[in-house]
Amino acid sequence: MQFEYNVEGGNFSRAGFASSEIKKILKKLNVDIAIIKRTVVATYEGEVNIVAHAYSGTIYVNIDTEQIRIRLKDEGPGIPDIDKAMEEGFSTASSEVREMGFGAGMGLPNMKKNADEMHISSEVDKGTEVEIVMYLNTKE
Amino acid sequence: MAKFFHHALKFRKEICIGCSHCMNVCPTQAIRIHGGKAELTDNRCIDCGKCYMVCPVGAIIVEQDDFSRIFDYTHRVALIPNILLGQFPAGVSISQICSVLMEAGFTHIFEVEHGTRVLEEAMKRMMDDRELPRPLISTFCPAIVRLIQVRFPMFTNNLMLLKAPLDIAAMYYRRKLEEEGADPDDTGVFYITPCAAKIAAIKSPVGEETSPISGVINMDFIYNKIYTKVKQGFTGKGSCCLPAMQPLQPEEMVWSLTEGESERMPGRTLAIDEVSNVIEFLEKMENEEISDIDFLELRACDQSCAGGILTSGNRFFTVERLRKRAEEAARGNDSVIYDTTGDCISDHSDYLNEHLKVTQIKPRAMDKLDEDMEQAMHKMRKVQEIMKDLPYVDCGICGSPTCNSLAEDIVQGEADVNQCIYVQKRWEQEGKLQPKESMEILKRIWGEDKF
Repeated sequence: MQFEYNVEGGNFSRAGFASSEIKKILKKLNVDIAIIKRTVVATYEGEVNIVAHAYSGTIYVNIDTEQIRIRLKDEGPGIPDIDKAMEEGFSTASSEVREMGFGAGMGLPNMKKNADEMHISSEVDKGTEVEIVMYLNTKE
Repeated sequence: MAKFFHHALKFRKEICIGCSHCMNVCPTQAIRIHGGKAELTDNRCIDCGKCYMVCPVGAIIVEQDDFSRIFDYTHRVALIPNILLGQFPAGVSISQICSVLMEAGFTHIFEVEHGTRVLEEAMKRMMDDRELPRPLISTFCPAIVRLIQVRFPMFTNNLMLLKAPLDIAAMYYRRKLEEEGADPDDTGVFYITPCAAKIAAIKSPVGEETSPISGVINMDFIYNKIYTKVKQGFTGKGSCCLPAMQPLQPEEMVWSLTEGESERMPGRTLAIDEVSNVIEFLEKMENEEISDIDFLELRACDQSCAGGILTSGNRFFTVERLRKRAEEAARGNDSVIYDTTGDCISDHSDYLNEHLKVTQIKPRAMDKLDEDMEQAMHKMRKVQEIMKDLPYVDCGICGSPTCNSLAEDIVQGEADVNQCIYVQKRWEQEGKLQPKESMEILKRIWGEDKF
């Protein structure tokens, strides 16, 4: 099953809408609550990243009985050094963003921690694409 | 599906006029209209009582024990929450209230809030245990416990597995009477309840096997009994009939009001009342948009128990009166005079601590379309398909509260897409449905007599 959500850069009051919708879907599909939790946390981090750094973005969700695959694609400044961005505490967020409680430099590391797989690619001045995969049948 | 819960709210079909007001306010979408009558889906209902508040004809009742049942026992204890005192204007004294209760047949009266002291200590011990998840969520409000079970199952682990003040007060008083020689089987403890959720929790305790409460009397019933007497000029018999006891502390008197618990807990705490506020907050918390909170006090009613559906007084005046009592008590001028030669409940904390734990609260997720994920996905695709034909107006004419709930009802085999009035009109236009047939459909939903 496929779902798609648009994310608007800079609009923090709507950050979390897509993650919330995805959560509702997973609940209806009777996905294990622990997996829902990890998925929603990782997606929310990714969604906030788009809002905080990019001009606009789209979240593509693909669910089958084996796995949940979520691709967060944005048009934005891109990440010059992905290894650096993956370090806990590293942040390029403006002080304005930090004041709102975002931008602690935990976004990408936290996504990685919660996802079963994470792939990230980025082009400076073009945008970033992060894909997270959650396995649904961990119990053999 | 197995029946999870006992419900205190009952729908009286013979009185229901099928107006759907209840369906539209239900926070868990547990109500449908069929044959001109409201029908309740038991497993979705959390006993919050929103439906009861809006029913224009009194078709929803709160089941209570027949008052005469108190006479099945020799020792008859009325367990009164402070909210009962707050129902009356300042001129009505606790001795008047207690006298009426004694005259009605009770032999003992005990204030529920005495149970908070031991509870508060147990809660603080849990707050100190860093192994436990954060935030810890109070289990004080039984409607909230059920809401979390059915709609927010991922937070069942955050619930504090402790009994409510009323259980603790009942356990204490039973023991006290037993020590004084009363036969436990001949002791009846009756709780005067401000809400339906407490009744449901007593009749089928979540996580507990038995309740120390013998029965429940609705607060509005007692309110009428007391107010009638007061209006007739009954002034009470002077002494207030409360047992000799160390006085209630000011903070204990306001435990059931909003912030009653959160103010007492360490760390970063929040108090949220009214069920839709709670739902909004928990949805945010599920996304981890909210973190670093140590304790959550969540209550289903606006102004917490002062807004209970069985209260008669205005909830804001109730809050005012209880806060005033607490302030006066803090200055040493409590309107209730205790005979302080009596017990301190803390002296019994060993016994009470042994019995105040709740074993387990299980998730009861109700959102899922099917147990089997493949089936659930299949149903979700069908829901999406059906939604293309529906108007997103949520008018409720189909007998389901929203377009989406109609689509889900259809997929579950409980409704038909032709119940949608927009679909009917379209089909009539296309010649697929005769006006006579659509009238029949509407009659099946709203009843013959409406047309």
